[in-house]
Amino acid sequence: MSNHKQPTRPAGGPGGMGHGGPGGAIGRPVQKAKNFKGTLKRLSGYLKPHTFQLAMVFFFALLSTAFTVLAPRISGDSINQLTDGLIAKHIVSEVTKAQDSMVPALTGRLNQIETGREQAQEQAKAAVRAELEEKGAAQDQIEAAEQQAASAAGKAFDKQLSQTVLPEQQSAMRELVQLTRIGDLTGAEEKAEAVERFASLTKLLPQSGRDQSFQISDGDLQKYLGDIRETNGAIPFRAIGKTLLLLLLIYLFSALFTFLMRYIMAGVSQITVYGLRKELNGKLSRLPLQYYDSHPSGDILSRMTNDIDTISGTLQQSLTQLALSVCQILGYIIMMLLYSPVLTLIVLCTLPLYIGVTMLIASHSQKYYKAQQKYLGKLSGHTEEMFTGHIIVKAFGREKESVETFEQVNDDLYEAGWKAQFMSGVMYPLMNFVSNLGYVMISVIGGIFVTKSVLNIGDITAFIQYSRSFSMPIIQTANIANIIQSTVACAERVFEILDEEEEIPDAEDTVNLIDPKGNIRFDHVKFRYQESAPLMEDMNLDFRQGETVAIVGPTGAGKTTLVNLLMRFYEINAGAITFDGVDIRRMARGNLRKLFGMVLQETWLFHGTIEENIAYGKEQATHEQVVAAAKAAHADHFIRSLPDGYQTVLNEEASNISQGQKQLLTIARAILADPAVLILDEATSSVDTRTEVLIQKAMGALMRDRTNFVIAHRLSTIRDAHLILVMDHGTIVETGNHRELMEKNGFYANLYNSQFAGANLE
Amino acid sequence: MLKIYRNMKKFAAPIAGILLLLFLQVMSDLYLPTLMSDIVNNGILEGNVAYIWKTGAVMLLAAAGGVVCAVAAGYLGAKVAVGMGRMLRNQLFRHVESFSLSEFERFGSSTLITRTTNDIIQVQTVTIMIINMMVRAPLTCVGGVIQAYHQDRMLTLILAVALPVLILVIAFVTSKVIPLFRQVQQKLDGMNLILRENLTGIRVIRAFNKKDHETAKFENANRDLTDTYIRVNRIMAFLMPMMMLIMNLVTVSILWFGSKRIDTGEMNIGALMAFTQYAMQIMFSLLMFVMMFVMIPRAQAAADRINAVLGTAPEITDPDSPATAENKKGYVEFRNVTFRYRGAEQPAIRNVSFSVRPGETTAVIGGTGSGKSTLLKLISRFYEADEGEILVDGTDVKAMAQKDLRRRIGFVPQQASLFTGTVKENLLFGKEDATQAEVYHAAEVAQASKFISEMPQGYDSLLAEGGRNLSGGQKQRLSIARALVRKPEIYVFDDSFSALDFKTDAKLRAALKQDTKQATVIIVAQRVGTVMDADRIIVLDEGSVAGIGTHRELLKECGVYREIAASQLSEEELS
Repeated sequence: MSNHKQPTRPAGGPGGMGHGGPGGAIGRPVQKAKNFKGTLKRLSGYLKPHTFQLAMVFFFALLSTAFTVLAPRISGDSINQLTDGLIAKHIVSEVTKAQDSMVPALTGRLNQIETGREQAQEQAKAAVRAELEEKGAAQDQIEAAEQQAASAAGKAFDKQLSQTVLPEQQSAMRELVQLTRIGDLTGAEEKAEAVERFASLTKLLPQSGRDQSFQISDGDLQKYLGDIRETNGAIPFRAIGKTLLLLLLIYLFSALFTFLMRYIMAGVSQITVYGLRKELNGKLSRLPLQYYDSHPSGDILSRMTNDIDTISGTLQQSLTQLALSVCQILGYIIMMLLYSPVLTLIVLCTLPLYIGVTMLIASHSQKYYKAQQKYLGKLSGHTEEMFTGHIIVKAFGREKESVETFEQVNDDLYEAGWKAQFMSGVMYPLMNFVSNLGYVMISVIGGIFVTKSVLNIGDITAFIQYSRSFSMPIIQTANIANIIQSTVACAERVFEILDEEEEIPDAEDTVNLIDPKGNIRFDHVKFRYQESAPLMEDMNLDFRQGETVAIVGPTGAGKTTLVNLLMRFYEINAGAITFDGVDIRRMARGNLRKLFGMVLQETWLFHGTIEENIAYGKEQATHEQVVAAAKAAHADHFIRSLPDGYQTVLNEEASNISQGQKQLLTIARAILADPAVLILDEATSSVDTRTEVLIQKAMGALMRDRTNFVIAHRLSTIRDAHLILVMDHGTIVETGNHRELMEKNGFYANLYNSQFAGANLE
Repeated sequence: MLKIYRNMKKFAAPIAGILLLLFLQVMSDLYLPTLMSDIVNNGILEGNVAYIWKTGAVMLLAAAGGVVCAVAAGYLGAKVAVGMGRMLRNQLFRHVESFSLSEFERFGSSTLITRTTNDIIQVQTVTIMIINMMVRAPLTCVGGVIQAYHQDRMLTLILAVALPVLILVIAFVTSKVIPLFRQVQQKLDGMNLILRENLTGIRVIRAFNKKDHETAKFENANRDLTDTYIRVNRIMAFLMPMMMLIMNLVTVSILWFGSKRIDTGEMNIGALMAFTQYAMQIMFSLLMFVMMFVMIPRAQAAADRINAVLGTAPEITDPDSPATAENKKGYVEFRNVTFRYRGAEQPAIRNVSFSVRPGETTAVIGGTGSGKSTLLKLISRFYEADEGEILVDGTDVKAMAQKDLRRRIGFVPQQASLFTGTVKENLLFGKEDATQAEVYHAAEVAQASKFISEMPQGYDSLLAEGGRNLSGGQKQRLSIARALVRKPEIYVFDDSFSALDFKTDAKLRAALKQDTKQATVIIVAQRVGTVMDADRIIVLDEGSVAGIGTHRELLKECGVYREIAASQLSEEELS
């Protein structure tokens, strides 16, 4: 019918994923473990066999982080190189430009001075000559005087000149003019020297001769000169290239190590969880049935699926993430400190803000999450009831009320839900804002530092990268702290199962019955399910091979208990049960139970073919044997009418065949197992009486030479029993065969007669 | 997914708001690097401290504006996503409540419960993530590219190369990983199935000594799941560093080519820094996108399951102008009714005709699968007959409103299902305004008053989980009492006495007989003893009527009935 069947999936339990989203688990109420430390220790015990791999994981985490942390520094270096080169290039080109503009001017000025002096000298000479020639001085006298006058004039000129242009300035000007054009130089050292010389010379120049565009402080000059020496006044592409290659290498290594880490962890975590699952399953197979009586299977299932899933996810993702995050936080702090303690302080100042925001929001969102959980539970409960009782809701015309209740709870759920969602959704933007606050502060203060030459631009970019990356591991660590808490709570629930008391192990010298007959004795058996509620106080029974024993009694009279004790599903408190004279506690449970063939009230079949289901009780049964058993159970006919016959696959809830058909299959299964003792526990209650008669005929042959226990409501089916045990309130109130019991006119007779009460009351 | 989002028109305005707010927020995020670049170019390189302070203040404003937008978007987003969940839940629940048994059984209650709760939560969670991240990712991507282009055109070429490469890598890996994730889910389900079987069948497994077999089966599933998990995780272990590497490669190329462009003076340092940060933001938005892709298949499966329910039209709906049948009471008539279950080869009911009158008791008997229960369910119109007519109080059930029809019928199902609440609330389920005396009387007749009064709070005792704390017989008696409280015209008992022991059964039927004298009683039973005193016995055989008559008549005339009776009664009782 339900071919759209979908296995119930754990609510909100994305297996192995869904962790690590930013701000994901923050603000959600966390399940707390009762014994956090002990459970954590025990859980880590499961990782012990993988100590080496884990050490590798942490080693790689460290390496990968180291490289991740280094990378911004290197890229900052490349930006520094770029800016240095850019500045050097800028300086060289500026100086060259200055030279180009100054040299002609200076040359002109120098020429002007020269010509001025020469003119003055010539004038002086001419004056002297004219004067002396008037006096009629000798030619050589004149010449000497001329010389004298010229030099005097020169001196006078120089003296006058020195009032405006100092001699050092003049020599500086001269030197400047002679300085080679820096742009034409090739060597870095030459360029630097030339720039230095140029700078020192220009300082000597008179105000008028200086180039206004070119002014630098001594401190800057030294830095620039260094830049020029390093970069030769051009962007150092070779060096940048090298740095970038290094950067690439670092990224490559970082990626490689991250990959190795995750790769190893994938194995470790899954194998650990595999082991845990295996251990748990093994444990479940050794737990006594009492455990299953007192624990709903849904709860056990949830521990084994949801809880283990959470553990798996944590091991897979959160652990490595935690290792990475912690390393990163430390690494980033160290690197930031290396750049600038002051800026680091600013970044660290945002930390309390992160914590404050988290706490504030968590305190608000917790209550909404709790409310959400509550209403969700209520809603699921209502849905489950209304759907399982769909036919009743319809029959009593209660659809409207049902929908109204649903919508009411749904409204409550919505109110709590969107608030919880909003609260946890707001976390990330707020964190982002805090991070941006830090960003702005660093941009501003860092910028000021750069103008004051405390830091370089590359340092700022690196620092910004560090500070921006810094917030991520912090959020994640907070996140993971929460995840680990709930994981430990999950682990605790798993360990609770592992700590349950197991069945008493089989005795070491077990007896194996070679040719079981089926003589069973209850010898002063005392049994109670619960210590406080007495059930069987002193039971003595004797069943012999080939007998059919019927057990009757009202519901809850303890009919099933007898069978439970026979097959040692429960341990008796006192006395003994013997099989062919052997105490059943001296047999291995497996061997003991093989002696019985059981058809239970609950028709348990598994997801598999019909043939597999019938052959369940007997390994290596041939197809012919399966068919023969099915025929004996009158199941062959309906099986053949199914589309795939014996190969028809029963779906998960075996709902593709009817209840009666299921019962026929379980009967066939018991027939095939061919046991010494047959137990039919109300096995035919869902089979109509006509079919039942057919089955009984088959059973009649099967039951011969065996001991049979039949538990049934229908008295007609047990009239032929050799012995009828009438049970009430856990004890046997009457025994005997049908006739004897009817003659007794007691409890059984009363019970039997009431079957026809309808007729008798006419 | 899309199908579900299609009926979100109601949320169009808030969604537009979210888009706008997120856009503003993304722009503010993207504006910060631009401002930073300004600080570098105009502040740092010029040594202009005042400018740095001023720009810093602008940055702060932009960041604050961003967070305001983000919070507002978060507010709307939470309301939309959770509101959509609420709407979808209401829709689904309402729809399922309108299902006839035919549609209902096609799905089964357990999966319908999962669909109404878990599946919708799944879709809701992913919707939130889509709003928070998936919408942001393309906005950041586009905004980032625009800003990057604005900073430097030539360098954007690097992105033009890198983005497609990245997208290809993502597409390649996800195409490998998503089927694996699906496999993991299947294997997990498979393993859980084995586990569930082991838990429910623990007695059988131990009885047949198959512990080792089951352990081996589990071990195989466990091993298989673990291997697949490891494979997926190893691929994922490759994907993440690989993506980071590509992103870093892009950064390095930007630095290199940026340097070249700075050398030629086509770009400045501030622009380079801003550009690098844009590239980072674009890449990260893509990473987010990838994480979404891992989530979506899961939600898609959930959405498909929800849609399958919503897409199933209820077979039975009320007529536009329902007929009322006020003048008659307690009449049921089948006229050549044939009905087959959906997909079944053989009809479950074939050409059945009979009629019953008030004050009569009619019993239906037959073998397993002969159609007894189906016949009863047709009266209440839980299923729609394929051929023929079913008349209740002289009116075709198809012409009546379902509620009006069912008001006349007191139905007691095979499996007693009760609801959480007090005993009294359960008894009042069919008639909320019944008096105390009516309730007590019904309980008395159903032989339930004794055990109810023995319960700690009597009629106010709470029934946990639909009566888990009661025995099968007790539940059945409450279920009978519930129908009795209604005082219907027609009583329908579907093998409702099976869990009672003979004594209680007999007492109950005797008391019932007194109480239902005026009413019509239709009863399905397995025991001949239960039916032999009925006014009329309908014997069904493979969906067809094999005989109708009294016990005596049928013993004489009907072979099928004789066979049934012979299997249950002794010789003297048969005579």
